[in-house]
Amino acid sequence: MRTAPPAATLTATFFKRALLSSPATILYCRCAYAQVVPTGVKNDVLQKLCDSSASFETVSDLCEMAAHRDPRLSAIAACGKLRIAACYPRAVKGLFEQAGSPLPADAEILNMRTQTAQEIADALLKADP
Amino acid sequence: MITHTHRPLRVVLYEGNGSIQLPAEARAKTMMALLDKGYTVTRSGQGASAMPHDDRSLLVLGAFEGKAPALEDATGRISIDTRDITGLEPDAIVALVDKSRGDKTMNEPGKWKPWFPVIDYSRCTNCMQCLSFCLFDVYGVSEDNKIQVQNNDNCKTNCPACSRVCPEVAIMFPKYQAGPINGDEINEKEAGREKIKVDISSLLGGDIYSALKDRSAAAKSRFSKERSPDKALDERKKCLTKLVGDGFIPADVLASLPSTEEILKKAEIAKAKAAAALAGR
Repeated sequence: MRTAPPAATLTATFFKRALLSSPATILYCRCAYAQVVPTGVKNDVLQKLCDSSASFETVSDLCEMAAHRDPRLSAIAACGKLRIAACYPRAVKGLFEQAGSPLPADAEILNMRTQTAQEIADALLKADP
Repeated sequence: MITHTHRPLRVVLYEGNGSIQLPAEARAKTMMALLDKGYTVTRSGQGASAMPHDDRSLLVLGAFEGKAPALEDATGRISIDTRDITGLEPDAIVALVDKSRGDKTMNEPGKWKPWFPVIDYSRCTNCMQCLSFCLFDVYGVSEDNKIQVQNNDNCKTNCPACSRVCPEVAIMFPKYQAGPINGDEINEKEAGREKIKVDISSLLGGDIYSALKDRSAAAKSRFSKERSPDKALDERKKCLTKLVGDGFIPADVLASLPSTEEILKKAEIAKAKAAAALAGR
């Protein structure tokens, strides 16, 4: 644990820059509304993300958001380069499309129902070319 | 389609300049606790970009050593609250976030299961079988005559019956356990098996669909001879009963079927919608 610089140095401008910088957006879906993603895998993926220094987004449940056409899906889809840890890619793409916010063609979707936590974390956190 | 008015508060776990980094385990436990409560959480660190903020307020959590700074959005659109979480356990952090949310309502896990069909348009041929099959008005037709899910709140939880009658295996239920209904990739063997199921379903009540697809005079003649409202209703019920018996759909779906008159009316409406959409393609 490091010593904190003075809190006064945290400004809205810096905060905005921290949120908007860097190339790839990482999104993690918790699938909290139904337990179809193995708990061990989703916990391990989140732990590995937390072990890293990366910024990332997490949502409680993409299905819940798609069901209600949450406008945040549009914001996610508009992020540009995306790496998503959720479930089957066909389902995730369909959820976004059905909600009126199709994912970019190069969005990378990792499947926590079939892949290992290590595979997923490696793919999410790999260095951008 | 209802619009979501109870969007969760966006929480930002801030660990940048001006705050102390949480231990990784505490960070993960805090995020899990917030996500399992229904919140969306951004971890603001380094090395990847975060989603742009939207039109809601942000709640920024950080170990500011008791001096949570006052922040203001440069654009003036977003209200930003900050809270110091120094020394707090995950449960206490969730309580702090709940308190900050105040009386703003929010959907929460455990109270509802997001169960609705998702159409894979890369496979869908717009045949309208799902529109004709579903008795609960889940499906509709867009202005450009495309099948779409219009009333997903009408869908019966844990019932994936429409996905079983789709000849192209184009209907998914992401919360379903098994593939390919859950969105798993489809191999040719599975696609063939699904098509066999569709043939059976067609026998049990799908003569409407074949007539819609084949509008030749011969087909129309056969259709009119074979179809009677009573027979169609009886066959549809048999089909649903068989699906229940095979464990494919929950028994309470049968219990919640509309009345005979309503089913017949719905079938006619669906038929008209499907025919109009197919004619307009």
